[in-house]
Amino acid sequence: MFTIYEARKIITMNENRATATHVAVKDGRILGVGPLAELAQWGEHKVDRTFSDKVLMPGLVEGHSHITEGSQWRFVYAGFSDRMDPHGVVWPGCKNKKQVLERLRSEEAKLTDPAKPLTAWAFDSIFFKNENITRKDLDAISSTRPIGLLHISGHVVYVNSKALELAGMLRTGIDHPGIELDSEGLPVGEIKGLDVAVPLNVHIGLNRAEMVASESGLRDFGKLCVRQGVTTAGDFANPLPQPAVDMMVRVTSEEQFPARIVTLRIARDITPEAIVQRVKELIPLSTEKLRFGKIKIVTDGAITSYSARIKWPGYYNGEKNGLWYMAPERLQEFFERSLESGIQVHCHTNGDEATDLALEMFEKALRKHPVAGHRFTLHHCQLASTAQFKRMKDLGLCVNLFSNHVHYWGDQHYAITIGPERAERMNATASALAAGVPMAIHSDAPVTPIAPLFTAWVAVNRVTESGRVLGEAQRISVDQALYAITLGAAYTFGMDHEVGSIETGKRADFAVLEDDPTTVDPMKLKDVRIWGTVLGGTVFPAASL
Amino acid sequence: MAVLVNDFGTLPIDADLIAAQDGNLISIEGGCVCCSFGDDLVGAILELKQKDPSIEHFLIEASGVALPKPIAQTLTVVAGVQVNAIVTLADAENILGYAKDRYVSDTVCDQVVSADIVLLTKTDLVSLDQVIAIEKWVKEVAPSASVLATANGDVAPEVILGTSGHDPADFQGVAEVRQHQTLHYGTANFESEGVANVNALAASLAKSDYALLRVKGFVKGADGKRFLLNMVGRRTHIEPAPAWIDGGSRVVCIGLAPKFDKLAVRNLIGEHFHQ
Repeated sequence: MFTIYEARKIITMNENRATATHVAVKDGRILGVGPLAELAQWGEHKVDRTFSDKVLMPGLVEGHSHITEGSQWRFVYAGFSDRMDPHGVVWPGCKNKKQVLERLRSEEAKLTDPAKPLTAWAFDSIFFKNENITRKDLDAISSTRPIGLLHISGHVVYVNSKALELAGMLRTGIDHPGIELDSEGLPVGEIKGLDVAVPLNVHIGLNRAEMVASESGLRDFGKLCVRQGVTTAGDFANPLPQPAVDMMVRVTSEEQFPARIVTLRIARDITPEAIVQRVKELIPLSTEKLRFGKIKIVTDGAITSYSARIKWPGYYNGEKNGLWYMAPERLQEFFERSLESGIQVHCHTNGDEATDLALEMFEKALRKHPVAGHRFTLHHCQLASTAQFKRMKDLGLCVNLFSNHVHYWGDQHYAITIGPERAERMNATASALAAGVPMAIHSDAPVTPIAPLFTAWVAVNRVTESGRVLGEAQRISVDQALYAITLGAAYTFGMDHEVGSIETGKRADFAVLEDDPTTVDPMKLKDVRIWGTVLGGTVFPAASL
Repeated sequence: MAVLVNDFGTLPIDADLIAAQDGNLISIEGGCVCCSFGDDLVGAILELKQKDPSIEHFLIEASGVALPKPIAQTLTVVAGVQVNAIVTLADAENILGYAKDRYVSDTVCDQVVSADIVLLTKTDLVSLDQVIAIEKWVKEVAPSASVLATANGDVAPEVILGTSGHDPADFQGVAEVRQHQTLHYGTANFESEGVANVNALAASLAKSDYALLRVKGFVKGADGKRFLLNMVGRRTHIEPAPAWIDGGSRVVCIGLAPKFDKLAVRNLIGEHFHQ
């Protein structure tokens, strides 16, 4: 006995049958897709008309995100753009400093425990010109409760006097470029840098290790996936301590957990030899909805904080070059050991100098272990050039581009960080496709919201926050963008044989839409309404979350 | 002492010396601990500061591509610790190559420029001409760095770590102990019942060219106030002396032959003292 779902239209991403009206699902897999009469031949079935007026497409695949996008929402949203939380509530963006402080004030009033910190996130000062937030601004909201306002990058935090006092930092004698001091030699309240924020974290409710391993955060991440039509998502920087592993296995195994998570062990505080060993231990623990077996490496920082390593002529505003997060020889060793062991590597390279380093070290490693089909993927590659894409192609590498940056920070890249010419060709989706590199596009949630249709919209239209078209030559077609957020991303995960398109044998993972993304005006791609998802045959309506 | 490393991978600790291992902390016989801090140095130090008996000295091994100044600045947010010295280890076989490497040359130069002491390591594996060429390069890039060429990892710990007590006499033994090994240290000991301006004295010593590696002393000022003076390379640190220190001033310097001139150094210090 199996179910045949009827739909207004099914977009299969399958070149053999591009569209259909019916899909048969049995034991969580696709028995077939096509006309009802064909599918009925498979045997006893029932016809389900829940989706009769809906459009189905393959469940969307988010190729680079973090499950902390879920636990982030336990804090107060204070970002510039409107953003939907796991419960479906759209939080209006705070457009100026006054609105940010108002948001904090109204949320502070709801707290009943006087000792509980007030923590907010997603603040981005880049939109606020010269209006920074000081501890005195935050003291006006509360001088007895510690307050922390996190920047969207996660690397900057604004705190009040109470928080500084509790952290032993409300004193003179601090000498760090990331901590601005007032005329009395005391911190103004803006703390730039993950490392210097450490003494504050526990007082402002920030426990990064706990957030990565949070059960409620993982569940909330699952809810966000349903709301955005995502059925497979990456978890890209997890130290994967055993308690977190056990929790993730348990939670994702529940029938009502609505997503497949591909979780990567981050290469941090561990040697190449040890990480390979650890990942080999984790692989047998993989389940249908939780996949181990991959490694994440970070080579440099981010362009917006001038910590990315970029080639000559460097940053547009003269800032000096960024930070290496890994020594070249060590990068090569990670690549070599991973190739040798058959473990896939996903490598962050933001600036083009970092991309060059990754290409060079990878080439050396590949020469020692000439493995075919490794599908190692370079991530972000925001400044990758055509020449670099061609080298990726030569080496069998995939690329996952950070299209969302073009929208959210395109204007800042144009004017401040890298200048007009390079901003126009940043996240060069058209060049990557032309060079034949297997490609995906991503959100890096929570850096930007998880929403692959929005990411596709950016790749298709390349419109910034101010409405400028940034790099017409790099626009791709709707079909190419939809491919990137389904089969393209699935390929980088080595999962294209089981997800990413609707065809016999693959898992019954669908995104259920109210509108047809292939016929709407491309500028309206981001407004396509999402009803929910189907994962392995289980239906998840967003409205029931 | 606590030794902090990025990861335990290449750490050559004799298994017999390991008293216990718990997660990211290895306890070593004799009371030292070794901690792997990953990317959270401040967190590791905050945790270690709570240990009993308390840790007097943190030796941090930063990654090969880390920038030392930002780390030093970061540490100023930790109450109760201060940076004693930045020591950059330059591998004699590779350093000149790294200095020209298209990826890491700016990083490597920054590490040398930021150093109080540049330790040339493995000089036994290269020719004397090579060592001279490296010293010349270091002087060009970082004119005020103190350079120490070592072989087989042989260097007096007091030079690297200083000493944690308040007694300059701790340095005295170094020169005698080390004479038979490759490096020749000299020490100069100065005592006076007179008074001096500690800031002016520190500035003179920092500017001098006698291959000074470390200076330690108590200096009494004209107003009767006493100060502790510490210098490593050319970085000086002055703080009020603890109340229980009395008596005259005393300054001990340790430097490297042949540039180190015991008499000249004593005279330089002496010029600052008057009755």
